[in-house]
Amino acid sequence: MMDVIIIGAGVVGCAIARELSRHEGEFMVLEKAADVCEGTSKANSAIIHGGYDAAPGTAKARFNVRGNAMMDALSKDLDIPFRRIGSLVIQTRSQEKEALLSLLNRGGRNGVKDLRILEKDELFSMEPNLSEDAERALFCASGSIVCPFHMTIALAENAVQNGTAFSLSTRVLSVKRKDSCYVVETDRGEFETRAVINAAGVWSDVFHNQVSEKKLSIIPRKGEYLLFDKSAGSHVSHIIFQLPGKMGKGVLVTPTIHGNLLAGPTAMEIPDPEGVNTTSEGLAELKERAMQSIRDLPFSSVITSFAGVRAHEAGGDFVVGEAVDAPGFFDAAGIESPGLSSAPAIGEYLAGLVAKRLSLPEKKNFISTRKGIRNPSSLSMEERNLLIREKPAYGNMICRCEMISEGEILDAIHRPLGAKSLDAVKRRTRAGMGRCQGGFCSPRVMELLERELSTDALSLTKAGGGSFLLTGRNKDDMGKEASHDTT
Amino acid sequence: MTRHDLIIIGGGPAGLAAAISAREAGIEDILILERDKELGGILNQCIHNGFGLHTFQEELTGPEYAARFIEKAQVLSIPYLLNTMVMNISGDRTVTAMNRTDGFFTLEAGAIILAMGCRERPRGALNIPGFRPAGIYSAGTAQRLVNMEGFMPGKEVVILGSGDIGLIMARRLTLEGAHVKVVAELMPYSGGLKRNIVQCLEDFSIPLKLSHTVVDIEGKERVKAVTIARVGPDRKPVAGSEERIPCDTLLLSCGLIPENELSRSAGVAISPVTSGPVVNESLETSVPGIFACGNVLHVHDLVDYVSEEAAQAGRAAANLLLGGRKPAGRPVRVLTKNGVRYTVPSEIRPASMEETCTIRFRVGDVYRNKSIALWLGGKKVYSKKRPIMAPGEMEQVILKKEDLIKETDLAEITVSLEEG
Amino acid sequence: MEERKLTCIGCPLGCLITVTIENNEITGITGNTCKRGEIYAGKEVTNPTRIVTSSVEVTGGTKPIVSVKTASDIPKGKIFEVMKSLKGITVAAPVRIKDVILADAAGTGVSIIATKNVEKIEIGD
Repeated sequence: MMDVIIIGAGVVGCAIARELSRHEGEFMVLEKAADVCEGTSKANSAIIHGGYDAAPGTAKARFNVRGNAMMDALSKDLDIPFRRIGSLVIQTRSQEKEALLSLLNRGGRNGVKDLRILEKDELFSMEPNLSEDAERALFCASGSIVCPFHMTIALAENAVQNGTAFSLSTRVLSVKRKDSCYVVETDRGEFETRAVINAAGVWSDVFHNQVSEKKLSIIPRKGEYLLFDKSAGSHVSHIIFQLPGKMGKGVLVTPTIHGNLLAGPTAMEIPDPEGVNTTSEGLAELKERAMQSIRDLPFSSVITSFAGVRAHEAGGDFVVGEAVDAPGFFDAAGIESPGLSSAPAIGEYLAGLVAKRLSLPEKKNFISTRKGIRNPSSLSMEERNLLIREKPAYGNMICRCEMISEGEILDAIHRPLGAKSLDAVKRRTRAGMGRCQGGFCSPRVMELLERELSTDALSLTKAGGGSFLLTGRNKDDMGKEASHDTT
Repeated sequence: MTRHDLIIIGGGPAGLAAAISAREAGIEDILILERDKELGGILNQCIHNGFGLHTFQEELTGPEYAARFIEKAQVLSIPYLLNTMVMNISGDRTVTAMNRTDGFFTLEAGAIILAMGCRERPRGALNIPGFRPAGIYSAGTAQRLVNMEGFMPGKEVVILGSGDIGLIMARRLTLEGAHVKVVAELMPYSGGLKRNIVQCLEDFSIPLKLSHTVVDIEGKERVKAVTIARVGPDRKPVAGSEERIPCDTLLLSCGLIPENELSRSAGVAISPVTSGPVVNESLETSVPGIFACGNVLHVHDLVDYVSEEAAQAGRAAANLLLGGRKPAGRPVRVLTKNGVRYTVPSEIRPASMEETCTIRFRVGDVYRNKSIALWLGGKKVYSKKRPIMAPGEMEQVILKKEDLIKETDLAEITVSLEEG
Repeated sequence: MEERKLTCIGCPLGCLITVTIENNEITGITGNTCKRGEIYAGKEVTNPTRIVTSSVEVTGGTKPIVSVKTASDIPKGKIFEVMKSLKGITVAAPVRIKDVILADAAGTGVSIIATKNVEKIEIGD
């Protein structure tokens, strides 16, 4: 019998797992994908919002503001790339100043500090590439950028360090009440547990509705993004928002923590919770809207586009807490934006709630810190040479765009919840995330995975499951196509 | 800090030819820095034949062509470091590099030749919508997997882009047992050589769909199908022309980009047209003592021209190092007109020029029955009829020093396409 | 009378050439704009040939495979037979350029030769 099963290893599930691992108990995270951070957590704006946007009194407002405040310590403890670069909500000539003032007011009521209105001159001295229509802006100093992959992976790794089990490639089929506990049925067998935490993202309504009569309804909302080369990374130096509309915060343009430029998202309600395909209409709309706030965006240096699906709950707010008619079943459902910002606070709150409910004592030897993959580019030449002498793999460059060495990739493969696929290596190390998008380094990373995992190259995947990278060896299928016309 | 007279960044066809010509011009102290585990660069994965007709008057495969240069470099005992990544080049010609055995180290160079080659345009830059499953490869990545590692990237293949690598890979994959269903090309003409269209596609009845592009990619784990559509003159998909093609692989062969991150770190000025350094008649960049040649300078279609160009860079670097450089004098700009997209070089200093200077260029569209004209100021010194010119094939015109020195106070040189 | 249409590969012009054949004799070549086109079309209709390139597995080498080619042109109709003759063939390192990998591939009388050097892997390498 487990104490707690968490469904979903996105940033919310991993934040809960990490906070829960402060306590004694048997905890397990179930994730259908082959890696953590495979759903909404991997495809979002990579922003820690200030918290002025959500309506006062909502769960969104509360968890966002608290989550933002937790990030300084959390990023330090868990070695998460994080930077407070500040955000700007731009009001254009054709928009009302009122809208900006109401945001300022809302921020005040939500407890956001460091908010102020910037007039045009100051605004343009801070951001010379704003569109000429920009009139004034709401500046929020606590708006921050983060690496969502590293944040999720760090939380997960720290939970593992503290004894939490992760069962990846494990799809939850159903959750059933059985006496005073729950049976979680998966494609890898059944688990009994005293409590369930539902952090299943776009699928969170499905599991909730299996145990509760108070139904939830997740409406998948797709957001498409464009990522620009690092050469465009300094086009803006703050997170640039537009005034929020009905479907969310509008299109933002921001530097990323790794020095690229990111624009997005669009907002489109779709039927498929996993419909993470980009569309030509979406990307065209995105370009047009991004140009409304920023001028001269260098679209020729776009290196990739992607889409994420956010779990919008029909009620419009996060659903965080114990289901009223299903004791021991806890939800972290409907976590759309500002979900990444709120995750640490949701984790803290729900872990606390569950621990109290199950009377889980605090762990005496909780390990509160975790070191990320060593980044040699932050070392001095002497330190780097020492590292290479000790581990020559650090002298073997694999990804020439992002300058990632074999040493970093070996670290990614062999650490807790180590990388087993090309995408897993990419998210942990950035190998393949640069301007050539893995064109040069993919075969080399595949070679390393094959060697280090003692596996066959033909079983290597892009992201687990059936995402095989190769289909055979040369000449395997020869002659199957009986009559090639070579006359 | 160790100093070398000449450091060459890259041991592919350009780097090798530059090293050999510099050595033959009298430079003893040369070092080639190569990031891969062997010399030869991209030629190692180009196992098809068709290389060397100009240089050796015989048809070689890529590895054979490379071997000729590698052997020559070995006969000349030109030193090189393999598995060595150059991390930075500064404007004062300090090179920072790294490998497993020497660690992180810096070198000083009397002159540097940039010969880093190019990379492929990735999917993101092409704005192809759809899912992002396994089975989407750039043609060059697939080429490496098949030709150097013996692995097949797919069984049922659609290729976007009819550049030579895409065409070559259509044949390679077909021969090795895959089924290439179609090659789609955005432009109304192919970017590849006619010979490759015939021998890589027509020989195997692989359809080539001009004015077509990929508008959707299906498949959450592995590619399941792609949708192609016809594009109009504005290169936008025409509604209703979509065709869904079940497949497990999409290869992208949509253009090459010179790889100039290191050049930028040295402060080298980059041409927005070629994405390569701006160079003069000596193939010297805007930073004195730093030269460039091969695909890092501008994308070539024939390796023979890379070797020729690189040899010139080697001679020019040698000339500089041996103090043979005359006072440069005022540079004359090379202007482009009527469909000529760019020229390499883009400026000429008459005093520094060899007896002739090959001006290489590409045109922006398909042109029939035009002449290539070379003007020195207002005087036409050369004109040659060309029945056809296409963006996929590099053109050249030879500038003679004897013509140039006759002109005093020359304002500009112009390369132009003209009627008849 | 038979008519064969083909695209000339001599230059980017890609002339569409029509070759007329009567009793296995070429009686006319039209559509070409230069002499090269005529020569190409004549050859392509009477005796089309190609160089075939591929790779075979290497054992005990520093590389898993070695690139190969037909030592000279083979009849175009034999391309796939030649490819099939390479299936399952392995060579032991070291391999030198021009080493014969397979003599008389698919009855063409043409050998398959290596186009790359592959060194033998040294113990402890």
